[in-house]
Amino acid sequence: MTGQAQRHAGTPQRALPPVLELGVGSLVCTLAGGVIVAAQVPNSDTLWPAVVLLVISAGLLVVMGFLMTRISQFAWRPFRQVWQWAMLAYIVIAGMLEYVFIKDKTPDNVLVMLTLLLIAFALTVPTLLAFSVARFQEADQQG
Amino acid sequence: MTEIATGAPFEAQAPGAATPPRPGSLVPNTIVPLQGLPIVGVVLIGLVVAIASNKLWAVDFFHVVGGALWTGVDLFVGFIVGPILGRLSIPARAEFSARFMPKMMLLMPTLVTVTLAAGWQLGLLKGFVNAGYPNHEWAVASYVVVAVMAVVALGVLEPANIAVLFEMRKPEPDGEVIARLMSRFVWAAGITGTMQVATLIIMTKLASV
Repeated sequence: MTGQAQRHAGTPQRALPPVLELGVGSLVCTLAGGVIVAAQVPNSDTLWPAVVLLVISAGLLVVMGFLMTRISQFAWRPFRQVWQWAMLAYIVIAGMLEYVFIKDKTPDNVLVMLTLLLIAFALTVPTLLAFSVARFQEADQQG
Repeated sequence: MTEIATGAPFEAQAPGAATPPRPGSLVPNTIVPLQGLPIVGVVLIGLVVAIASNKLWAVDFFHVVGGALWTGVDLFVGFIVGPILGRLSIPARAEFSARFMPKMMLLMPTLVTVTLAAGWQLGLLKGFVNAGYPNHEWAVASYVVVAVMAVVALGVLEPANIAVLFEMRKPEPDGEVIARLMSRFVWAAGITGTMQVATLIIMTKLASV
């Protein structure tokens, strides 16, 4: 084994798509959309900037997912392990915020926007966490 | 540093220590300390009851206590622990992190959830979140600060923390990877600490109106 190969013996160094960058971009759009909606409460006159940001966020999530499916060798087992538990945690967190919005009888259109933004948030963060872990793990055995 | 670059075990790195502990052996069996989950459960149930009751004192209690702890921890970690951590040797950083980060992974999301949920309810009761409120711009400023902190914490800090914990669980943790991920922790903690100073200014301004 060469020195260079040994250097990364415990940590695989693979060329990976920019999943983390896309995920952070999606997170920024989601949070910016949330700020725009929350800043107008109880009005909902100009929701379109938040809608645009939500669409961009969802688009980045889709691209992120697509690029991940194209990775030939990846540590999917640790990815799933982290993703599942993180998703559980973020469902609880997003659920608490959703509970507050519903309890306060938030207007329907605002509630729909906030719910969609929370869903995007709850999908993005576990994916970021799981990918961050899996990129440094050994790829799953083929076959 | 050569030892780190070649991926040698950590024990070779500790300066002045005869038989330094191996970070991998310090990592608990679970990434998140499971014994803390019942406490989190009790806190969240209390939060739901407080919001459901819609009593000013109850939501004020959760927001102030959660927010004070969140701000205090962020300032302490950002300006006290972070710089110290940045000057420690890699094995010392790893040993500290193995004990510190699992607890933070349970503590911080709980504090953030409690503070935000109770804060929104408190804002409704007091009128801060209403767009027609005279000092509404201060409330909006707090949303922006929270959003920036969320990007740094969830996009950089937390992924790095979890990746470090998983790296430490390997039979031979890669010191280079841990050092790289932990350097993110140091600067990200500094940014969130700075944002918390802004939070203190905004919240005291809102409370003084």
